[in-house]
Amino acid sequence: MERRSTADRLQGRAFQALLLSCLGFGLLCLVVLLVQVVNEGLPRLNLDLLRNFPSSSPGGAGARSAIFGTIWVVGICGLVVVPVGVGAAVYLEEYADTTRWYNRLIEVNIQNLAAVPAIVYGILGLGFLSRGPLNLGFVVLAGSLTLALLVLPIVIITSREAIRAVPNSIRLGAFALGATQWQTIRRQVLPSAVPGIATGSILALSRAIGEAAPLILLGGLTYLTFNPTGLNSPFTVLPIQIFNWISRPQEEFRVLAAAAIVVLLAILISMNALAIFVRNRYQRRW
Amino acid sequence: MVTDLANASPDTLIDLGEISTQAPPGPPRPEVGQASEAHPDSAGEVVFHISALDFYYGDFRAVRDVSVDVEGNEITAVIGPSGCGKSTFIRCLNRMNDLVPGARVEGRIEYHGQDLYGPDVDPIEVRRHIGMVFQKPNPFPKSIYDNVAFGPRVNGIKADMDDLVEESLHRAALWDEVKGKLKQSAFSLSGGQQQRLCIARCIAIRPDVILMDEPCSALDPLATNRIEELMTELKREYTIVIVTHNMQQAARVSDRTAFFTTEVNEQSQRTGVLVEVDRTEKIFTAPTDQRTEDYITGRFG
Repeated sequence: MERRSTADRLQGRAFQALLLSCLGFGLLCLVVLLVQVVNEGLPRLNLDLLRNFPSSSPGGAGARSAIFGTIWVVGICGLVVVPVGVGAAVYLEEYADTTRWYNRLIEVNIQNLAAVPAIVYGILGLGFLSRGPLNLGFVVLAGSLTLALLVLPIVIITSREAIRAVPNSIRLGAFALGATQWQTIRRQVLPSAVPGIATGSILALSRAIGEAAPLILLGGLTYLTFNPTGLNSPFTVLPIQIFNWISRPQEEFRVLAAAAIVVLLAILISMNALAIFVRNRYQRRW
Repeated sequence: MVTDLANASPDTLIDLGEISTQAPPGPPRPEVGQASEAHPDSAGEVVFHISALDFYYGDFRAVRDVSVDVEGNEITAVIGPSGCGKSTFIRCLNRMNDLVPGARVEGRIEYHGQDLYGPDVDPIEVRRHIGMVFQKPNPFPKSIYDNVAFGPRVNGIKADMDDLVEESLHRAALWDEVKGKLKQSAFSLSGGQQQRLCIARCIAIRPDVILMDEPCSALDPLATNRIEELMTELKREYTIVIVTHNMQQAARVSDRTAFFTTEVNEQSQRTGVLVEVDRTEKIFTAPTDQRTEDYITGRFG
């Protein structure tokens, strides 16, 4: 066999190198960002950051109310979005007759909703939840529901993929044993889809945790020296606290912001790690 | 369906006596008239009386004009070339085709004298009496034990589950191979064992009929042999309808054979038709139809 021409082989190599450099560029940016943030935030990266409430004196300020606010807002968001999202996904995958126009309309719109900018959800939350018809006020519940609307399409889309990955032979096997459609879904399809649903839900919530824009509109940008005490409590969250600190003139607040960014990144990375763990641990091979 | 001994039908009780004293009471057979009261089993009784069955996917007629009787405690084999509607046909018998959008049945299928497609017949309940084993083993991604226990659980069968699982695995000739590892995943079994597990799973809901859709096509010859032995064993208690591509298999195990073939119309649409059905010896030695003869002698298909 003849060797391919040198030009051909060089071209292949060059293309491979180009692709690698794309990956390298992305990673490099991330590493630079991380190093810089950690470096800058290091002096304030201690337990006081987690223990103290925000304060006008940078020396004693911490992110305690923002951390608790984040836990409240994202926790309630998860409680709302996972059941609703999985339910919608089950309907679309197991019940919906895709030849019907309204089901196709829903499908297309879920894809569109996933691409709507976060700020638009913020405006919706402001106009519909905080004020307007529901008039909840600038509280945890309004923030949670807004974030839930924001990540709902992600949960639906990932859950649908997980449900679709369950082979049809499993459904037929259950039906052939006299199981009803609900029994088949409840006892075979959903348990088999749980790893995928869990992974998708965790990733959706980690998206929610990093959102600042919609919550700024919902009164999240407040100076709070207490933790939220319930659904009707005012709140702030980490990304907004960071935004707040960075916009201050004093240098010490910037350091504080960098330290809070490290905390936020640590939470995000652990959530994503959990998602990967869940996926690998419970992954099924058919 | 929950049953207690008091309203179990006599045939079920006699049935139980032979199996094991610990065996839980099965559900009664569906309302089938006098026949089931007279006989401890349904040998010689017509289980399915199918007349002028047409099957449509939307406007497309996939199977045309099938009339055949399936008798109790026999193995009826359905043979024929690919695409002749064999699988479609047996899926009409437990109403699995109801799950296909646009599927429609015309003609009549009587199960123990009852119209299987009657307005007050619940397809879920039909499948509870007419079990099915699929072409490719499809165990659930659960333990061996839970695979067998699934059917009884969803059907609300109140029984000692351990006994029921053991008995079903015994009857599917799998118990000795799995008794020490019931909690292990069903996927740890070989293909042939998985298929016998699917048979055990089917037996666990105490069906009356077992439909098998090319149950050995994904198995090696040894595993195939075990399933065939098992089928001969099972026909003492169940009525079996098996679709097979393998004519030797039909000849070896079945009592009666139905030969299907494909008709092509002017629009080159292919429709399955029943050519003939008779005792298996007759079909393989002296078929009445030339098309059957061509098929079994390998001149076609």
